[in-house]
Amino acid sequence: MASQKDILLQVKDLKTSFFTKKGVIKAVDGVSFTVKKGEVIGLVGESGSGKSVTSLSIMRLVPQPAGKIVSGEILFKNENLLNKSESEMRELRGNKLAMILQDPMVSLNQLLTVGYQIGETFKYHGKADGSLLTKCINILKKVKVPSPETRVNNFPFQFSGGMCQRVLIGTGIANNPELLIADEPTTALDVTIQAQILKLMKDLQKEINASIILITHDLATIAQICSKVYVMYGGRIVEKAPVKDFYHDPQHPYSEGLIKSVPVLGKRVKRLYAIEGQPPNLINPPPGCRFEPRCSKAKKVCSQKYPPEVELKKDHQVSCWLYS
Amino acid sequence: MKENGQDISQALSITPPDVTEKKLKVRKPYLGLFFLGVFFFMVIFADLISPYDPFASDLSKGTLPPSWQEGGTAAHLLGTDFLGRDQLSRIIHGSRMSLVVSVGCILIYGTIGIILGLISGFFGGKTDMFIMRLSDIWQSVPGLIVILLLVSVIGASAKTVIISIGITGWPQFARVVRGECLSLKERDFVRLARVAGCSNFQIMASHIFPNIINTLLVLSTIQIAGIIVLSATLSFLGLGTQPPSCDWGLMLAEGRQYITYAWWLVTFPGIAIAITVIGFNLTGDWLREILDPKQMLR
Repeated sequence: MASQKDILLQVKDLKTSFFTKKGVIKAVDGVSFTVKKGEVIGLVGESGSGKSVTSLSIMRLVPQPAGKIVSGEILFKNENLLNKSESEMRELRGNKLAMILQDPMVSLNQLLTVGYQIGETFKYHGKADGSLLTKCINILKKVKVPSPETRVNNFPFQFSGGMCQRVLIGTGIANNPELLIADEPTTALDVTIQAQILKLMKDLQKEINASIILITHDLATIAQICSKVYVMYGGRIVEKAPVKDFYHDPQHPYSEGLIKSVPVLGKRVKRLYAIEGQPPNLINPPPGCRFEPRCSKAKKVCSQKYPPEVELKKDHQVSCWLYS
Repeated sequence: MKENGQDISQALSITPPDVTEKKLKVRKPYLGLFFLGVFFFMVIFADLISPYDPFASDLSKGTLPPSWQEGGTAAHLLGTDFLGRDQLSRIIHGSRMSLVVSVGCILIYGTIGIILGLISGFFGGKTDMFIMRLSDIWQSVPGLIVILLLVSVIGASAKTVIISIGITGWPQFARVVRGECLSLKERDFVRLARVAGCSNFQIMASHIFPNIINTLLVLSTIQIAGIIVLSATLSFLGLGTQPPSCDWGLMLAEGRQYITYAWWLVTFPGIAIAITVIGFNLTGDWLREILDPKQMLR
């Protein structure tokens, strides 16, 4: 276990639900994990597994009024974010806690210049002294937008998708955050731009020494910059593993399935592997393991009780009845 | 390339939208802009272009017909009214009153409507419920009756007309703003603003409001036309601007008694009202088409 000092973020048994007319959707159902200072962790899982809701819960931006954080603790530098007032949260957002959103083309306001939108992060945190423009230009420089002096006055529609994503990253890192949550920062981009963006993020992470939570369903992305992987399924984390172990020796049947379903270049297979079935309905989830209906190794106990978390090796935990 | 594209679309049996053909259908703004041009020309240069002082009466020249009719003089192009005041000058000066009243009303009910609409759409829930029900109640009472009541209580003048139309008209604005706000607040850029640490007020003012300006512009232009008619109605009923000020509605009312033998007293102010209203309406429609790119392909 890392010493208390190194830990930046600690999420304990977080439960976030959406209260809809059809019933309560338990989008995040008891998620616990820690992020150390300067660490890059990856949160993987298929659509609807609760990745984004987890990150929104950390920012306290779960869509109101349907969504609500039911219980749990989110300790950021040993302070529980769930006890903070809205204005205290606003202080933190964009300052110590930053987030990069998914879709660069729609995340920027088309009617405001790029510079204005970067400048906002400074303005709302009282860091807007006379040099606001220079600051914005510096940010654009940092994220490697060419000729930032002229680009700062451009509107988002004059930027390509990759450039918009750079601007978004720029707004994220503007105030040197301690924790940066990147919610699928590369999904909307093509592969070459993806590589550039990832490299950029990695460089910036070293420069400002931030911790990053990278949310994605792209395993290649994780392999490139993360040191630890948390696999989510049905609102819970099913496996926590160092990145190498995850790729070479995945323990949970779901992780195994994920790795297997990545096509390998140069290897000819008749049919690409896919995990059968659909992700579970989170309105009335089965009492047992969420993955049990799709699992090829399911046992009787799997459908009755949720498996406890077992530590297999140092830093490698799995929730599966195969191991306990 | 073009042939290729056609092959594919035929194979998929999709007819691609013929953009060029639709584009031609966008209304040409010339007529509307011309009418508005005439209107604003009268407003701005009223003192320069009107041949006489609109208030100067000369009873010896009372009720002269327009110059092309028998008995008319070239000195009074559109004739004179029963007090011998020059019609043309009065119509030109009357344009100012129309503008003042309509812009004043738009400012008042635009402000109320925008603020309430933004609050309603942005916060939703009970606040939204309260404001929208309030506007329902407001709209369920016929506007003209409320205005008549207010005017007769406060006393008839241009100022009361502006205030009373202003406070009765806001629900329409509030509804439109709320509708836009509802869809805008779910957009990702609002989330980005939150992530950056913006407060609710900052989000409304600098992120949502600029996005609804287009709609407001179109709405205001079309509303102005309605206000001009309404204020003319009030003046006609004697509850608006009071004599001797120049107002088209008032001129109509004054000319009404002489309609059987002095047709020009009601016709020309009527035409002025009609042209201005048509001008605003056409321009409003055109603005809606050019400001909303989605409309272009419809």
